[in-house]
Amino acid sequence: MTRHIRGTGPLVATLAAALALTACGAGGRDSSDGEAAAADPGVTEDTVTIGGTFPLTGVAAPGYSEIPTGAQAYFDFVNEQGGVHGRQIDYIVKDDGYNPTNTSTVTNELVLKEEVFATVGSLGTPTQASVADYLNDEGVPQLMVSSGSLQWGDDVENRPMTFGWQPDYEIEGKIIGQWVAENMPDAKVGLFLQDDDLGEDAEKGVRQFVDDQIVAVERYTSGNTDVAPQISGLQAAKADLVLAFNTPSYTALSQLVALKTGYKPKWFYANIGSDPALVGSLLERFSEGAVAGSSSALDGVLTTEYIPGIDSPEDPWVQLWQKVWDEHGEGGELTNYRIYGMSQAYAFVQALEAAGEDLTREGLVEAIEEQGADWEGPQLAPFRYSADSHMGIAGVRVVELKGGKGEDLTDVLVTDIGEDAEITTDDSGQADDAPPESGVPTS
Amino acid sequence: MRARISSLRDHVLARHLAAALLGLVVVVMVLESVSDYRNTQLASMAYLGIAAGGLTVLTGLNGQLSLGHGALMAIGAYTSALLLPDNESSLPLSVVVLVAVVVTLAVGAAVGLAAARLHGPYLAGATLALAVAVPGIALYFKETLGGEQGLRVVMPDIPVWVLDAVFFVTGQDLTRSRFTAYVAWLTLIVVFVLLANLGAGRTGRRWRAVRDDEVAAELAGIDLGRARVSAFMVSAAAAGAAGAILAFTVKLAAPSAFTLTLSLTLLAAIVLGGLGSLAGALIGAALLTFLPSVVTDIGTDAGLSDIQAAELAPLVYGLVMVAVILLAPAGIVGSLRGALLRARARRRTPASAEPPATGTTSGTGTTTDPHADTTETAGTTPATTSKGTAS
Repeated sequence: MTRHIRGTGPLVATLAAALALTACGAGGRDSSDGEAAAADPGVTEDTVTIGGTFPLTGVAAPGYSEIPTGAQAYFDFVNEQGGVHGRQIDYIVKDDGYNPTNTSTVTNELVLKEEVFATVGSLGTPTQASVADYLNDEGVPQLMVSSGSLQWGDDVENRPMTFGWQPDYEIEGKIIGQWVAENMPDAKVGLFLQDDDLGEDAEKGVRQFVDDQIVAVERYTSGNTDVAPQISGLQAAKADLVLAFNTPSYTALSQLVALKTGYKPKWFYANIGSDPALVGSLLERFSEGAVAGSSSALDGVLTTEYIPGIDSPEDPWVQLWQKVWDEHGEGGELTNYRIYGMSQAYAFVQALEAAGEDLTREGLVEAIEEQGADWEGPQLAPFRYSADSHMGIAGVRVVELKGGKGEDLTDVLVTDIGEDAEITTDDSGQADDAPPESGVPTS
Repeated sequence: MRARISSLRDHVLARHLAAALLGLVVVVMVLESVSDYRNTQLASMAYLGIAAGGLTVLTGLNGQLSLGHGALMAIGAYTSALLLPDNESSLPLSVVVLVAVVVTLAVGAAVGLAAARLHGPYLAGATLALAVAVPGIALYFKETLGGEQGLRVVMPDIPVWVLDAVFFVTGQDLTRSRFTAYVAWLTLIVVFVLLANLGAGRTGRRWRAVRDDEVAAELAGIDLGRARVSAFMVSAAAAGAAGAILAFTVKLAAPSAFTLTLSLTLLAAIVLGGLGSLAGALIGAALLTFLPSVVTDIGTDAGLSDIQAAELAPLVYGLVMVAVILLAPAGIVGSLRGALLRARARRRTPASAEPPATGTTSGTGTTTDPHADTTETAGTTPATTSKGTAS
């Protein structure tokens, strides 16, 4: 008994002391906390710090983990030439393993600890959806999200700081749908969809044109690697054209299952799932070598493209990327994912240029809204940025893969979300422009 | 004699409350002095700590192994998310936590009823199935539970009286992340006081009796099934509270947060910290929260690329786990306490008589005692310590 009482002595003393410490509070709370705003976080005279979250580890890492290495190489390239308005770009990459809960944690870290000016190019629909409201509440620009979901650009009022980048899945679905209706009107269409925004948005677009041609719709849940039931479903419905909106792993999986069951429809994979090099290597890995992993594994497959890739080495943009990668890359080949990262980085540098010397978050957002639609760049079609829309690239071109290369089947087609927006041939000349001599955009 | 025992029991409660008050003061001081980012990290540590605390009671005190606590957290988190769909919801957070606890408790009761009939690997298998199945429910009921992308959790505005009160005490404005951290740690303190009291009282003695020797416990008139189910329910309730806090912290309830990895992480936390010890659960939670980001930062500073640094974290985590198991098989708290007791025993051997045990309330295995208060365990011998860890 006595031991207990003796033990509580110091305890009480500590408690009292600590209480006294914490009680040194002030009276009422001052409600006017609006002091003159200092510079926005992440900006100094000679640096601007930005961040991004990507799956560097885990199932989504193959391919996607290369995107930030491309962006980093381009930022290094720009920094070497003096940066933008005298500011060096400091790019901090965090791994979220494609897990929205981790995304929330590491985004917190970027905002609160690293005090980034903006996030640029962060990847994934479920992952970025988990932090979109947080970033907007905190007033942190969430720029050029690496995902084609509609939610990055169609709700400017509620998410004024969020911007998309790549063509959204709905316009891609529309363009694919129209192409099928015009060129393969007798095809029996099967849909193979990832069961989230990707599949939903795309289905909305496709159905505007080929609703009566669709004979089967199969959905898979990302993470479940058995797609045999879905492929058999398409086969049973005798679909002879499969429009597939899925990630690269599922392109490989669906091809493997189709090989096994002897199902030979015409395949039309959306851009997101059709990188021939990655799918080829995945095919080889998944089949344990039974299928040769060359990039010609997807020969005859239809897909779309919206930026020039490694299959067109004579394109001036690709030549610039090759030069940047040779000088600043961290080893390894230039890949389409690295080009994707560089193309995003290029657009961000344009935004920084446009925002001017006095860099603020508000100023940056305004600059993108006002000027973004006119930017030249690697993208084949212009951005749709305006005060009412934060949607990214306006269109795609339909191509057929041959030996890992895309052969153009159409001009660049542009449209917008919604049933009213018509599909037209792009007349902005975006597809034919070339980068400036220095490789760094000027305002 | 009876009076003496009852006064002792009062004393245990008083001691827990004093520890809670001390903890509260420490929490206020720490949360007020660290940055917003650290506050968020501390909130994550709190929810891992709450769930690990619940699990350590189940595994350490009652000897049941659960691989499904991540799923129980999911139930708490989804309940909270459904209650906080937008800014208009006027439910106070305390009510949200309570509802989450009650719902999880109900699920825990159902699972516990089944679990009480199973032992060892069978029990592990059944709870494993729970961990695998529950995220699937969210995918199946996509309309209501949001599917892969999960449900957003919209935290209500901080009540004005809280803002005023906090400013009065600390002189700082309360930020959102600090508010969340306060909610998390207050919940942790409440849960830990309840768990410590349950563990120290009659219920806890029954749990331990069932764990140590079923036949003896049954002969002593203890209903084995009831003891097991009650332990599972209490543990599930803690997991529910943890899930609610997770939802507040992450502001999202998505299946990817509640993978099997989470359940295993919780188990790792209590093994690292020391089975059966609430302090150990907290230490394990702290390790799991801070280790990855510290390691990644060290890796980046050492010039590794982002990808290499990201891959370093799981490696170091694995090495720490192996090191703890090899060097401190009773977990960090368990081994420290064992060393402390051995040192005391050595000091005391010259003295003629062993002092009487501190009281009937705390006579059982010390490493499995739910609170790390060394004054209580002073009277027990090293022999009981090793017995506790063997279970």
